[in-house]
Amino acid sequence: MRVQRCKGSRDLSPEEMIGFRLIEGAFRDCCLKWGYEEVRTPTLEYLHLFTSTGTLTPGMLGKVYSFLDWDGWSGERVVLRPDGTIPVARLYIDSIEEGLQFSHKGLAKLFYVTNVFVFEPTGKETRERWQCGAELIGVGSTIADVELIILALEVLKRLRLEGIELRLSHAGVIRALLAKLGLSPKEQTSIFDQILDGDIDALARLKPGRPKLGKALSLLLDLKGKSPGFLKNSKAVLTQNLPELEPGLDDFINIVDLLEALGYGYQIDIASGRGFEYYTGMIFQLFWGEEKIGGGGRYDALIPLMGGKDIPASGFALYLDRLMNVVKPEALAKPQGERILIRAEPGQPEAVKGGFNIASRLHEAGYVAEVHQGSQEPANLRWTLDVLNKAPQFVLTDQINHRRFEVQTTDEVLTLLGGKVGQAKSEK
Amino acid sequence: MDKQLKIALPKGRLLDETATLLQTADWGLSGYHETARFYRLESRRFPNLSAKVFHEKDIPIQVAVGNYDLGICGLDWIEELLVKYPSSALVKVRNLGYGEGTLYMIASKYEAPPTMEEMPAKPGIIRIASEYPNLAESFALNLRLRRFSVFPLWGAAEVYPPESADLALISGRTDEKLFNYDLVPVSNVLNFSAFLIANKGSWESKDLGEVLTSINNKLLAMEKHSPAAAGQYLPHHPKQVAEDVVRLALPDGHQQLPTLELLNKAGIQVDDYPSAAGNRRPTTSLAGVTIKVIRPQDMPLQVANGNFDLAITGKDWLAEHLYRFPSTPVTELLGLKFGKVRIVAVVSKDLAVDDVDSLRQLSAQRTAPLRVASEYVNIADKYARDNHLGMYRAVPTWGASEAFLPEDADLLIENTKTGRTLARHNLKIIDTLFESTACLIGNINSVSSPGKQERIKSITKALRTAVEDI
Repeated sequence: MRVQRCKGSRDLSPEEMIGFRLIEGAFRDCCLKWGYEEVRTPTLEYLHLFTSTGTLTPGMLGKVYSFLDWDGWSGERVVLRPDGTIPVARLYIDSIEEGLQFSHKGLAKLFYVTNVFVFEPTGKETRERWQCGAELIGVGSTIADVELIILALEVLKRLRLEGIELRLSHAGVIRALLAKLGLSPKEQTSIFDQILDGDIDALARLKPGRPKLGKALSLLLDLKGKSPGFLKNSKAVLTQNLPELEPGLDDFINIVDLLEALGYGYQIDIASGRGFEYYTGMIFQLFWGEEKIGGGGRYDALIPLMGGKDIPASGFALYLDRLMNVVKPEALAKPQGERILIRAEPGQPEAVKGGFNIASRLHEAGYVAEVHQGSQEPANLRWTLDVLNKAPQFVLTDQINHRRFEVQTTDEVLTLLGGKVGQAKSEK
Repeated sequence: MDKQLKIALPKGRLLDETATLLQTADWGLSGYHETARFYRLESRRFPNLSAKVFHEKDIPIQVAVGNYDLGICGLDWIEELLVKYPSSALVKVRNLGYGEGTLYMIASKYEAPPTMEEMPAKPGIIRIASEYPNLAESFALNLRLRRFSVFPLWGAAEVYPPESADLALISGRTDEKLFNYDLVPVSNVLNFSAFLIANKGSWESKDLGEVLTSINNKLLAMEKHSPAAAGQYLPHHPKQVAEDVVRLALPDGHQQLPTLELLNKAGIQVDDYPSAAGNRRPTTSLAGVTIKVIRPQDMPLQVANGNFDLAITGKDWLAEHLYRFPSTPVTELLGLKFGKVRIVAVVSKDLAVDDVDSLRQLSAQRTAPLRVASEYVNIADKYARDNHLGMYRAVPTWGASEAFLPEDADLLIENTKTGRTLARHNLKIIDTLFESTACLIGNINSVSSPGKQERIKSITKALRTAVEDI
């Protein structure tokens, strides 16, 4: 019987890991430069962290990996982390309660690279997904929302992805409208969930009893544009009858105004507010062609809902698996240090010892130096270093230029590799 | 095309009406009745059809995994599977129109929430007891309950609220307004009746036409069976139970008489146990003790959760619990000598295996996983792990487990008194895991609690003296 990997799981090959680490590295570097601090939350969390209204939609909860722990006799389940944001919000609340401080007083700028687990029925797509996420907890401002969008775009620019489309929606506006439609709180949540689960026709299917609302609804659904002016005009029409939409629309306009001033392109599409039930304000999605490669939004109600103080927050995540399909590592990869294969004289313990010693020295000097294990030599090898039990101690061979150098000391080897080949004494 | 057809038929609740249906359809099944001693049936009319009798709860799973082409069982058990595993390979072929009922979420009428919508706002953990844990969990998630615990049960869910659970999901007659112990429905979860189901693969690739037509044609001719009339309700007005009252669970089923005998010998009087009216809340002469009658299988988990302080169950069910939850606060306080069985590993007599070593060799040679069936799924799982049975699958069963071998399982972990039933089903014992008797279990926190300590000690002492007499 062949040993197989689990359905819906994936292995990452050495080649794929190069792409993975490049993306992770670009993300980490950008976050650190914007003053964010890295955190890591556990793989296991209690299920109840994700069950109440305002956390995960029932559609998402139907796909979590939950089970009873070894001490789960109470019937309370644990879950493999199905989402990146909620555990970080939990970490934030825990940390505050334990009196821990983040580097910014009253503010937590946190980022993480993590896997989330979501069941996918066909098993053709991976059920373990990697995310690069950033959360800005403690501020509820336009500047915070725009900073997150710019940070996300900066990472994508570092990854040399051209033609990213930024789509904007606003959960506050959608919620205010749903509240006006005469729907019960349960129905409002249900429609909102449908929109978040990707059913973009859910809003359109609503047939409000009042004609004025119907008009507002179709105007809102048709809100697709690329300028703040367009939003401002819509606001003028909409808020005549629906003043409740004003705060949401104002917030939305401020964000768009700032993005406009900074020269970022975007697409406003209210009906496309796909994301999480915890979103309360701005929602953004990032597309590269047809592929959604990231998204985020404001979630001011989440931390109070989870038992924390009334703390506003927003955040985003980039989808690492999808980025790995589109990022070209060769365009980003820095050339690695030169590769050296160390071959100790067979059957000579002193030569083996010398081989390991010089390997350490070479690593310290920044080279990739590996000890020969008896297998075939790697294809892209430039240098081999034979370690002998007698003089000369070392024979360094340039496999590309077919040159051979005999030297006595480690320092001489390093000098040769440092490019000063002409000065070596024993060239033959 | 494979012409052999296999159907899984229910024991219990649906047996009589299913037997009548198939008789009307002229299947000519011999031996499909409540007192049948064998589980494999042949059809006179369809020589290529074979039938096997299962506990109703096992049937959707057996059909979904492809062990059976067709099955008959209640929609309640079908949905219990599908709600957790929506991509199961099941086709709901036809509503058979009998065995109707409704799944209700019930609560004590003295503590029931006015509407279910208000439940999520209830503080603390909401405990739901049910034989349908998947439906109960789905109900809780859809209601957006924040913190909840589902207690999976073997039975007797109606005796749990309000002290041992806030809600219970139970089946009842459609339009039921009141349940025993003053429990009232707070939500209708599912209306169900008997269904004919098919395996998706069989449905696509096999010719089931003749068999299906035989049921369809005759079905309309069947007399509509009216549901059983309501019995007398047992009321229960919950009283505030003082903190120092010891809550004792006594077993239902065939351990009732020996349990009563022991209690009497220990000078503990229990009234209306066993109860002819099905009363699960007997009274006792012991001061400061309340009693409920529940399934012995459910006791360790209930004691672990602090719903009971003491319980009389079997060492087998205690082991089953301990293997699943090693750090549980449940402990054995006293062995009770009666109800002696052996927990054994069993295979078909036709299998060339005499002990666990040869079973391991057999398992290593085959390409398909070894299927280990048991009501004791954690004991079975541990046995397979400890004995390095390689690639195996634990198949949970709900009774009539000996019917699984050899077609639907390779190894069975089962209890036996004499081994005669196993032998009659052409099975042989290859290993004895341990011997089990009844035992008194307790929650270690209760045992050391100042309020309950003395009472628990005196009950244990009285029982110990009585046991020593046996």
